[in-house]
Amino acid sequence: MRMPAVVNIVRTASLAAVLGVALLGNAQATEIDADQQLKGPEAFEHIEDETERSRAMFKEAGKVIQHPRCVNCHPVSDTPRQGMDMRPHEPPVVRGPDNHGAPGMVCSTCHQPENVDSAGNGVPGNPNWHLAPRSMAWYGKSLAEICTQIKDQDRNGGMDMDELIHHMAEDSLVGWGWNPGGDRTPVPGTQEKFGELFAAWAHSGAHCPAE
Amino acid sequence: MKITVNGSSHEIDAPDDMPLLWAIRDRLKLTGTKYGCGVAQCGACTVMVDGQPKRSCVTPLKFAAGHDITTIEGMDGAEFEAIQTAWRAIDVPQCGFCQSGQVMTATALLKEKPAPSDTDIDNALAGNICRCATYVRIRQAVRDAADTLEA
Ligand code: FES
Ligand code: FES
Repeated sequence: MRMPAVVNIVRTASLAAVLGVALLGNAQATEIDADQQLKGPEAFEHIEDETERSRAMFKEAGKVIQHPRCVNCHPVSDTPRQGMDMRPHEPPVVRGPDNHGAPGMVCSTCHQPENVDSAGNGVPGNPNWHLAPRSMAWYGKSLAEICTQIKDQDRNGGMDMDELIHHMAEDSLVGWGWNPGGDRTPVPGTQEKFGELFAAWAHSGAHCPAE
Repeated sequence: MKITVNGSSHEIDAPDDMPLLWAIRDRLKLTGTKYGCGVAQCGACTVMVDGQPKRSCVTPLKFAAGHDITTIEGMDGAEFEAIQTAWRAIDVPQCGFCQSGQVMTATALLKEKPAPSDTDIDNALAGNICRCATYVRIRQAVRDAADTLEA
């Protein structure tokens, strides 16, 4: 059993309280910028070669897929990460038998059905808060590796392309990335735009980047 | 907001995002549940909600309403009694502040895993901090409690 740096957390919390207004302003600015940063499928129409177009769209989708907000819960190990610096989760929790935590310390012991912002930077939440299974680990992998993995039904939870599109565009835990609460930086764009981009990639042959 | 704590129902006049811990300690005066950090980092505020351990400091009242809440004062059952006996037998607590949280988590663990490994014990209790560092005795007492349950 390790001792998390409670003192630091308390300090950070009070610092955040002092800086509250500034942090909030910053988060909103980031959200607006972020929306402009994710390109939709129309931005790739000029690429004539379908394979190249498809690859380019997956690279764009990679801005979301490889964002710490997403990768933090796709760990290679049994421990999630947190924050933009992707530090190991505090307290030191593990995935447990069903990716929802260990007996006695499940994800929902702390994570509520929605973001709770009352305490410090709060606790992010979703009704289905849990880790992606080991076979869907993304941390430390290249976008090409992740791409191959996403298409592989042995590793993606048996999802075909339509189910994958639905997952990316509709799943509410995926959608949390755009609404992370507190002063967390959201992933770029909107889930809707990401869904369109992912669908356009799928319908253009679902080609993976070369490296 | 209506909440059910230790079998009795209480009307709490408070905003629905108030932490459950405030209701338990300040309104219902059930002070066995402790306030340690308020940010889900220490485990001192652990209660059971429908039999699952929950950090009451980050549980808004609206998510507690309609569920069965049990605090340390209302605990019973074979696992809890085995934990209590084992705790007393080797005097686990030092200052005691973290202990109701430790006991709640340990009980939740034994309910799901009557014969936990040392790793199971560490994983379950990883979020329960003890400033007095009674960790070695906590682990021993959980093992002892598991042994009595098995016997
Ligand atoms: S007071 Fe709730 S976890 Fe510390
Ligand atoms: S016994 Fe003192 S904090 Fe645990």
